Amino acid sequence: MSLKVKNLTFGYDERPVLKDVSFAVEENELLSILGPNGVGKSTLFRCILGLLQGYEGEITLHNRDIRKMGIREMAKHVAYIPQSHYTPFNYSVFEMVLMGTTVQVSAFSKPGKRQAGLAEAALERMGIADLKYRGYTQISGGERQLVLIARALVQEARMLILDEPTANLDYGNQIRVLSQIKTLAREGYTIVQSTHNPDQTFLFSDRVLALKDGRVFADGPPGQVYSEKLIKVLYGVDVEVQSLYGDQVRVSIPKGIVQTDYPRKKALLN
Amino acid sequence: MITKVVNKMKHTDKGAYIVMNLGILLLLAVFVSFQLGRYPISAKEVFGIVFSKVLPIEKYWADRPEFVFINIRLPRVLLACLVGCCLSTAGAAYQGVFQNPMAAPDILGASAGAAFGAALAILHHGSSTVITLSAFCFSLLTVAIVFFISKKAKGKAVIGLILAGIMVKSLFSAGTSFIKLVADPNDQLPAITFWLLGSLAGAKLSTVAFAVVPMGIGLIPLLLIRWRLNILTLGDDEAKTMGVNARLIRLIVIISATFVTAASVSVSGMIGWVGLVIPHLARKLVGNNYNSLMPASMLLGAIFLLVVDNFSRNLLTTEIPLGIITALVGAPFFICLMTRKGDVY
Repeated sequence: MSLKVKNLTFGYDERPVLKDVSFAVEENELLSILGPNGVGKSTLFRCILGLLQGYEGEITLHNRDIRKMGIREMAKHVAYIPQSHYTPFNYSVFEMVLMGTTVQVSAFSKPGKRQAGLAEAALERMGIADLKYRGYTQISGGERQLVLIARALVQEARMLILDEPTANLDYGNQIRVLSQIKTLAREGYTIVQSTHNPDQTFLFSDRVLALKDGRVFADGPPGQVYSEKLIKVLYGVDVEVQSLYGDQVRVSIPKGIVQTDYPRKKALLN
Repeated sequence: MITKVVNKMKHTDKGAYIVMNLGILLLLAVFVSFQLGRYPISAKEVFGIVFSKVLPIEKYWADRPEFVFINIRLPRVLLACLVGCCLSTAGAAYQGVFQNPMAAPDILGASAGAAFGAALAILHHGSSTVITLSAFCFSLLTVAIVFFISKKAKGKAVIGLILAGIMVKSLFSAGTSFIKLVADPNDQLPAITFWLLGSLAGAKLSTVAFAVVPMGIGLIPLLLIRWRLNILTLGDDEAKTMGVNARLIRLIVIISATFVTAASVSVSGMIGWVGLVIPHLARKLVGNNYNSLMPASMLLGAIFLLVVDNFSRNLLTTEIPLGIITALVGAPFFICLMTRKGDVY
């Protein structure tokens, strides 16, 4: 599943949000989008998902313009995973996941045996099979996020779009959710996600797209893109970027708070 | 493995099992209600009259009970079931569409419009048929106005509909109040007031025949697309990314729910609480999945209004308007549901 965004420009009420954004996502790629609040990450996602019309430029899936694709066809190719949220009605985890299979059944019918099997496999896959009959609103935020990923998996789309999947999750859940996402990419899913944590971007993505003022500021492998300058430009914070374990990890250390010229003791790092 | 299978059965078949039991309960309630009334008809007679229509049974009952049964008891019982079923179904459907557990059948002004239409017809000395027709038409008209205003509103479609509903509802309520003010206080005003309290007292077979068509037009699509209503509760964007055309489904649900509400209110007057309380009772019983919730709401609504109507016509020598009893029963009942311990379902 390859996605191409060409010269995408979009604005709400004349106020431009996205300006001339172009990038491509190759099959099996895990792309992370970085950018400050309000830069247009969610707007970009809404365009890609076909939820916003009236943009300039072109978005293609497998070289087909998404404006020419119907709602059902889109859902068969792309699944959206929102931030872990509450629903007004408390569905069981199983029912919530089963809803993802709706695109496979006709308008007047409900998911059948095959779909129930898919839902169970997806719960198993995300390691939350024991939550099957719990209420979706009664489990933790991290668990809800995993449920939403399972729901996207049963949709059987090859491309997943995640809007800040780790927002509001504790540290452990962030790592667990991101690891699952990375595994999915290795299994052949094409994934686009947005995040606010540059360190995690470095750990958990194949490529990073940085947005600044509605434009693409940087696009490339995390090793090329992640720099002190990037953090300064995107977030206006002075940091020192430290590379660890032979550049497997990079961390940003904010200057001014941490005395970065202080001699480091190796023993403390271990 | 075995516990897994049992567990699975317990949950997936729970809804279907409860719905089946509700169906049996409704049949029992209908059978008992046939016997109750100013002119009691014995179980044996009811049995004979009902089954003589389909089976060759020798007549062993008098003409009088048969006349009462066919012309008074039967239409009344049927109408109570239909109206209860419709109001409760419409409530459940609106709650899903508006992603709001507090939604009731009058959320888009169907009842307020019907009240205005009925009051207007009474003011112009309309016959009972004219009153019903006028109530029905104004009910549909009100919802249509609400819908078109909401189309002009910016922002979330659901919020636009709710706000437009509140505004238009208050306009029509003001209109009804004005009609009450100018109505003849000797006959028209009591007639309007009585209509607004809600009653099934005038039920005839022709009333049932009039109501059953729009009710069917509404109930069938609601039953058919009930699974997709689940996805609608997640919001438009999420529904769309899951391959569901949220706008289309919402339109179908609103039109259907409005038809059943308009048909119910125009034959019964204002009967509150059924459309709010019964879907919640159904949610407690079978969960929020519309797959079981919709049929459960239908059956529970029918049972509830049938039982309440039995009290309405048997408790005192004069009839107690249904709306009074449903409010008397509904409000405390809802408080109990709200505060009851246990899971959120």
